[in-house]
Amino acid sequence: MMEILRQPWPWYIAGPLIGLTVPALLLIGNKSFGISSSLRHICAACIPANIPFFRYEWRKETWNLVFVAGIFLGGMLAAAFFNNPQPVRVNPALVAELSQYGITDFKGLVPHDLMSWSSLFTLRGMIIMVAGGFLVGFGTRYAGGCTSGHAIMGLSNLQFPSLVATFSFIVGGFLMANLLLPFILSI
Amino acid sequence: MKQDKELDTDFGVRSLDAVCINESRLAHKWYHNFKYLFVGMLFGVVLVKAEIISWVRIQEMFRLQSFHMYGVIGSAVAVGIISVWLIKRFKIKTIYGEPVKFHPKQFSKGQIYGGLIFGFGWAITGACPGPLFAQMGSGATVVLVTLLSAVAGTWVYGLLRDKLPH
Repeated sequence: MMEILRQPWPWYIAGPLIGLTVPALLLIGNKSFGISSSLRHICAACIPANIPFFRYEWRKETWNLVFVAGIFLGGMLAAAFFNNPQPVRVNPALVAELSQYGITDFKGLVPHDLMSWSSLFTLRGMIIMVAGGFLVGFGTRYAGGCTSGHAIMGLSNLQFPSLVATFSFIVGGFLMANLLLPFILSI
Repeated sequence: MKQDKELDTDFGVRSLDAVCINESRLAHKWYHNFKYLFVGMLFGVVLVKAEIISWVRIQEMFRLQSFHMYGVIGSAVAVGIISVWLIKRFKIKTIYGEPVKFHPKQFSKGQIYGGLIFGFGWAITGACPGPLFAQMGSGATVVLVTLLSAVAGTWVYGLLRDKLPH
């Protein structure tokens, strides 16, 4: 049993489990699944700075902050008890491409060559972690949701705006990964 | 009157958002929040174990080098659609006996501009907001920097919101 749990889980197990988060949150408290809003609640709670967008009763959305705290704990749990000691299996074409940029260690889920405290103070590390994170926060709020709020919850409820958003996420990702990211990685 | 107007603004702002309207008229004790902690934990375990938080998996997805992420998102949406349909069809109530509420999303150009910007960030960091929390939990402490930067990005959006096309 533990052996099976330690292996990487296939998509047909993980996807349905993620899909079940939608009815789970609806039924235990009438909550719509969404994660990027937690970033907004953090702003509203810590640095509202009298900006209208952050002046609301964030305490009413406490559940969302508790939910993301749970995701953090789930990450700890998975790493502590069901850790897969094998490196991530990667498409050989990608291995070849990434090795050009000095990314050769696929032991962890976050490649150590790219994202670590020591690489944070290099130009490449700064762009990947600081600028990348900024785009995630800015873009999700501008779009009114992320992969969970739009792609999963919104599409589950057959919302056209969420389809537009999901399509835009994918287009943005394709453009970045194939056109611009190679330049950033070669810095 | 001024107060009312501010409240209105707040609602207008909130209604544009993904999850911000979660008004339940029932008041719950604080410990009721533990159920969200539990669901979050299960979700976090799945994110890690299916390698959805892996930077490399995201790169494979955007290079069409693996079916994995498409399978995950596709089957998640399929299960979500069926669940929502069942809840609506059979008028399934919450565990507190309230009818389940759905919040239609309004179209805005932000879904295109913001969506593209988020797509750029997703491909660079290899993470959407959920995986950021799971990555930190699984031991990649440096992701805290990415998360704080994402909070900063959200804050700057809030600051510039009126000047951006929607």
